[in-house]
Amino acid sequence: MSLTPASASDIAINVEGLSKSFGGREVVHDLSMQVKRGSIYGFLGPNGSGKTTTIRMLCGLLTPDAGEGTCLGYDIRRDADKIKRQVGYMTQRFSLYQDLSVRENLEFVARLYGLRDARGAARDMIQRIGLNGREEQLAGELSGGWKQRLALGACTLPNPQLLLLDEPTAGVDPKARRDFWNEIHALAAEGLTVLVSTHYMDEAERCHEIAYIAYGHLLAHGTVDEVIAKSALSTYTVSGDDLNGLAAELTGKPGIDMVAPFGTSLHVSGRDKSALEATIAPYRNTRGWRWEDSEPSLEDVFIDLMNRSKDNFQ
Amino acid sequence: MSATEMTNQDRGASERPFGFWRRSYAMLVKEFIQLRRDRVSFAMIVMIPVMQLLLFGYAINTTPRHLPTAVLIQEDSDLARSVLKALENTRYFRFTREVHSVAEFDDLLQSGKVLFGVEIPRGFERAVRRGDRPALLVAADATDPVAAGSALGALGAVVQTALAHDLHIGDPPQLPFEIRAHARYNPAAESRLNIVPGLVGTILTMTMLIFTALSVTREIERGTMESLLSMPIKPVEVMFGKIIPYVIVGFIQASLIVSIGVLLFGVPILGSVVLLAVLTTLFITTNLSIGYTFSTIVQNQLQAMQMSMMFFLPSILLSGFMFPFAGMPVWAQYLGEVLPLTHYIRIVRAIMLKGAAPSNLQYDTIALIALMLVAMTIAVTRFRRTLD
Repeated sequence: MSLTPASASDIAINVEGLSKSFGGREVVHDLSMQVKRGSIYGFLGPNGSGKTTTIRMLCGLLTPDAGEGTCLGYDIRRDADKIKRQVGYMTQRFSLYQDLSVRENLEFVARLYGLRDARGAARDMIQRIGLNGREEQLAGELSGGWKQRLALGACTLPNPQLLLLDEPTAGVDPKARRDFWNEIHALAAEGLTVLVSTHYMDEAERCHEIAYIAYGHLLAHGTVDEVIAKSALSTYTVSGDDLNGLAAELTGKPGIDMVAPFGTSLHVSGRDKSALEATIAPYRNTRGWRWEDSEPSLEDVFIDLMNRSKDNFQ
Repeated sequence: MSATEMTNQDRGASERPFGFWRRSYAMLVKEFIQLRRDRVSFAMIVMIPVMQLLLFGYAINTTPRHLPTAVLIQEDSDLARSVLKALENTRYFRFTREVHSVAEFDDLLQSGKVLFGVEIPRGFERAVRRGDRPALLVAADATDPVAAGSALGALGAVVQTALAHDLHIGDPPQLPFEIRAHARYNPAAESRLNIVPGLVGTILTMTMLIFTALSVTREIERGTMESLLSMPIKPVEVMFGKIIPYVIVGFIQASLIVSIGVLLFGVPILGSVVLLAVLTTLFITTNLSIGYTFSTIVQNQLQAMQMSMMFFLPSILLSGFMFPFAGMPVWAQYLGEVLPLTHYIRIVRAIMLKGAAPSNLQYDTIALIALMLVAMTIAVTRFRRTLD
């Protein structure tokens, strides 16, 4: 990696071969990724897949065992201090001071980053995140949604160039989630790069690009459409009565890799389209089921990736 | 508010001067607010000194021996040597210095290098032979009455017996000279005069250690360390931010104890109050640094408490607070020398009870500074900058 800050103008994160082990267990394996400046990059994967570890390596909180790369053009191994100055990191667990008020927390961050007018900056941010009227409330007494807004406010306060958000919307209601994502899009529109990890498929679909990581391995990346296309998964959507019975009958048959109920329909997927079609042929015109050749959903793709990676890595 | 209203002037938060002080200050303000919110800790700041001071009414009594003693010999005679031999045979005294002027004699006592001074006046032997019963002056540093008391109490009878044997004069009804014991600095041998200044140091050691010993582990256990480490703050800045608020807290505590000591227990402050304040602040900072060092070493708050206790107990027992320092075996004295409380107890007793000047306290002051710097260095190198 010899990218200088100037030549890296269009790439915010560029890492290669990152690996990290804890107590002999490899949590992240040979991970390479590139994130374009100004984009929203979704980081998906099951619990314990290495998302948090990767994010921590990017902002200098963990030292990679192997691999190298740059974050905003700065070397992630050597320039952790410079990276910290320009990166806002929102931790998975609320990590501001519970016994400080909203205003005091923001003023603390503003002072730490050396903003010219810490009080003013905190006041403006309170307005911006809609916490006016709650300035003097202790952070620990805020509800989940407000805490999350405060945390986002705190990490955008020093005007960073890159936001690393670790499952920012876990446990937050749908309305607050939508507001949050609108804010993230607004920030990206200003030129901020956002790397956000999430479990929610609807959130993944709001990202410009996504990466799927499981058991420390990066399994797929690209735009949502690219990831779906690359999955080579064929999916049929079945509607009708007694879908539970059908699901039970199909599970485990040759060519059937995944059977998953979606509301009143059933998604039947397989990687080998001809085997899939051979297996479902007897069911296609019986008992009033309607079969429809459809696109796999992002969730189908991810569950399939996860099932496959389980076979490979466990 | 829409996102686009965000100002771009600070984009990338460029480095401004005085970053060190600004970040330390940010940390300090945060710690102060947290301290104010923590009602229990806040109550402890006032309750601990008041309660301890009122509880420790009594001193622990011991009979220390081989106490360092200076002799001022103004006459070199057989009788003088016999008397000194007899004194040494009581096993209370150990002659460590021989001086030749009263000024030197007084200085040794005042700086605490010796606990006793024996003065053999000029013309002593001749006066004895003439039957004038001359005075043999035994001056004791009675700031620690436990150390001085039993030795002084035993003087008369023991010396008489030893001397009678030595001089082959049988068992005279009366000593041929007078032993004039002079309990300096604390003539009434009142324990509270000794206990109260010692308590200033003991209480400060306990509260200061615990305040900072918990500080880093608390951030780790509450999960706030992850945020803090992701921000551009350096270990030294975190340390200063966490120590300085408690220097002020410790200062308030010390003032409280000293005030109660003076008003309620009638302990004097013979020396300079400013000197006392300055050196007390140094002692407070030294303890805070040690507590902070513990907190960078341990894994959780329980361990931090255990480590503080492990340090606190020897501080009480080996510093000269409870038992006379000079009465301890040499190895224990060496151990005592690395405890800040040992040095502070000498300082605080010397200033309050003896009216000592800065020049008398050089050694202990330097020792405190050295201990503080060692602790701070360990803390800064031990502070983990990553979550690895």
